[in-house]
Amino acid sequence: MKFTKKISQHKERFEKLPDKFLLKGGRIVDPAQGVDKETDLLIVDGTIEKIGSVDTANFDGEVQDIKGKLITPGWMDMHVHLREPGREDEETLETGSLSAANGGFTAVCCMPNTRPAIDSQEMIRYVSDRGEKFPVDIRPIAAVTKEREGKELSEMLELWEAGAVAFSDDGRVVASPEIMRRALEYSKMVGLPVIGYAADPVLVNGGQMNEGYVSTCLGLKGIPSVAEDMMVARDIMLAEYTGGHYHVAHITTARSVDLVRQAKSRGVRVTAEATPHHFTLTDEDVRSFDTNTKIAPPLRTEADRQAIIEGLADGTIDVITSDHSPHAWEEKAAEYIYAPFGIIGLETMMGLSFNQLYHKKILTLEQLIEKFAVNPFRVLGLTPPSVKTGELANLTLFDPTEEWTLKEKNILSRSKNTPFIGETFTGKPFAVINHKQRFISRL
Amino acid sequence: MQTQKRHLLGLDGMSGSQIQEFLDVAKHFREVLDRPIKRLPTLQGKTVVNLFYEPSTRTRISFELAEKRMSADIVNFSASTSSVKKGETLIDTVKNIEAMKIDMVVVRHSSPGAAHILSRVLDANIINAGDGGHEHPTQALLDMFTISQNFSSLKDLTVAIVGDIAHSRVAMSNIYGLKSMGARVLLCGPATLIPREIDKLGVEVYHNIDEVIPQVDVLNILRIQLERQSSGLFPSLREYHNYFGITRERLRRADRPILIMHPGPMNRGLEIASDVADSEHSVILEQVTNGVALRMAVLYLLAGGQSEIH
Repeated sequence: MKFTKKISQHKERFEKLPDKFLLKGGRIVDPAQGVDKETDLLIVDGTIEKIGSVDTANFDGEVQDIKGKLITPGWMDMHVHLREPGREDEETLETGSLSAANGGFTAVCCMPNTRPAIDSQEMIRYVSDRGEKFPVDIRPIAAVTKEREGKELSEMLELWEAGAVAFSDDGRVVASPEIMRRALEYSKMVGLPVIGYAADPVLVNGGQMNEGYVSTCLGLKGIPSVAEDMMVARDIMLAEYTGGHYHVAHITTARSVDLVRQAKSRGVRVTAEATPHHFTLTDEDVRSFDTNTKIAPPLRTEADRQAIIEGLADGTIDVITSDHSPHAWEEKAAEYIYAPFGIIGLETMMGLSFNQLYHKKILTLEQLIEKFAVNPFRVLGLTPPSVKTGELANLTLFDPTEEWTLKEKNILSRSKNTPFIGETFTGKPFAVINHKQRFISRL
Repeated sequence: MQTQKRHLLGLDGMSGSQIQEFLDVAKHFREVLDRPIKRLPTLQGKTVVNLFYEPSTRTRISFELAEKRMSADIVNFSASTSSVKKGETLIDTVKNIEAMKIDMVVVRHSSPGAAHILSRVLDANIINAGDGGHEHPTQALLDMFTISQNFSSLKDLTVAIVGDIAHSRVAMSNIYGLKSMGARVLLCGPATLIPREIDKLGVEVYHNIDEVIPQVDVLNILRIQLERQSSGLFPSLREYHNYFGITRERLRRADRPILIMHPGPMNRGLEIASDVADSEHSVILEQVTNGVALRMAVLYLLAGGQSEIH
């Protein structure tokens, strides 16, 4: 018996967009242009041909009536782990693209903690070349230090040249303030941010969850909030001193949010992101001992959760990211202290954000779309996609009223480690369009 | 009244009347232990698995004896290495054992929540014999049983737990249980061994043992793990003994006799002076005997036994 090469292991596919495709009666929301209007949008050969009323009487293309639904520029999740190369059993660039498209994204930035790490031009090209096959734009983030060891700077100029959009040793802290200082200085030459995972490793010291009342009750070793606060404070000071751009990955503590707020008011080049799980769940949820509540940084207290929401509302936190972290079932099925940290998030990111931020009137529709479709690009110094005549149709279609329930069978990530199975959401990204292809959400 | 509980995972959330039921039934089995023939046919035909992922001598022997006194069939499983290192998940290991048709699982594990996880996937009754720093419900029940033998009621007694509260499942289960029974609970130890926000459980935190002793009816003295000192949580064993060790001299300052308890194993001369451990008010060995009776009561009630025993 011989093996045959598999072309694709997935029955879920992106499909070619019809040559002429008319979205009839949608509401176009493009915060970067300040556009919010109800009209038709015609796509010809993958490009936006016309925005305005189109007569369907003699139209020979495909028409989709989307009255009451939104057309927004394609969304980006700038913090995901796609596990390729190294852990293709957990996720690949292909399954990660499907998961992203299923969740309404046309772009993701993948973190470099693969095996080997994305710390060379070759690795950047590997990711870019593999990603070219899929209509989700996969933008690689390169390691700050060689092999993410925190010792020597990676070849940042070459990495930028090859297509890196930011630098991060995510999953690990750049422990040395000297290396962090030099990284912030050196990356300034190409204008890319250094994304810092903020957790002092000495203070984390094997902790399993947020340190506080709940960790005391459960007897789980705590991760003190000050481990994050100290690192955010350090890196803000280094950014202030060097003039470099520091982006705080998944901020979780009230104190850190406040530090970023103060730094921004002083004009420090600092930006920040928060994840839906950190503004939805708290350490109280760990009482279930469900290993899908084991996340780094950990789920914090209700006061921290409220502070994140305030930070999102006042613009201290620029971006929402999922920190999509696929893990094999058998690893998450272990005892709490042995299970790995992290949950998947691409497919629940808008559902959770819409539930927590829009329906609860924290953010307007425009403000929320901004954190998905505009700010991630701006943080990285990229031009956000635009719903404009003559532009490539890079769109997310969103139904703000559709109610849906997350079912495990509808998750397209190769891993299913999420605490939100069975959760009901109002508001669903039902399709994405990019690079002359489309994907209809299976959620 | 019949206990509706299928498992004994912890004392968090357990009502005073449920705890009292365990203590009442334990009293009956305690009398059985003084009979010339200590064996009862109660669990005949039932199979109990003792699953110990952490080294344990006294808890394992205590459970084993309780099971034997009740005529259960016993299987012992001691894993020196964790399931993870063997490449098998805890759930798979236990499902395999359950597939051999067993009725009860007594589990000791270093991960908090291990017993909870098993209770969700198994049909067998689960008894938590200690899960990391979380809970050790049978120890707390036997401690409360021992107290109840010496006082008319647990309600309004003042009990101090002294030592390493931060890493102690015994302390946590005692706090939950004693609070449910209406006792006043004081904690005393170095600030680095008191976990954050524990006062939210309705306990009073002290660092000066000499302020604690005059107030209490019972002192429950915890073992100090020697590695806590080497990991920097307190400066020296000498200083610990000088400031927190329970000595006869310290106890003289109380105007009434104080019941001395220790879950063992003791570090004589560190957390407890030898003459205190061996004093007339020490019930440390009585705790050990009561442990067997209490565990018989737990097995009996979880197996569906009635609290009215004829």
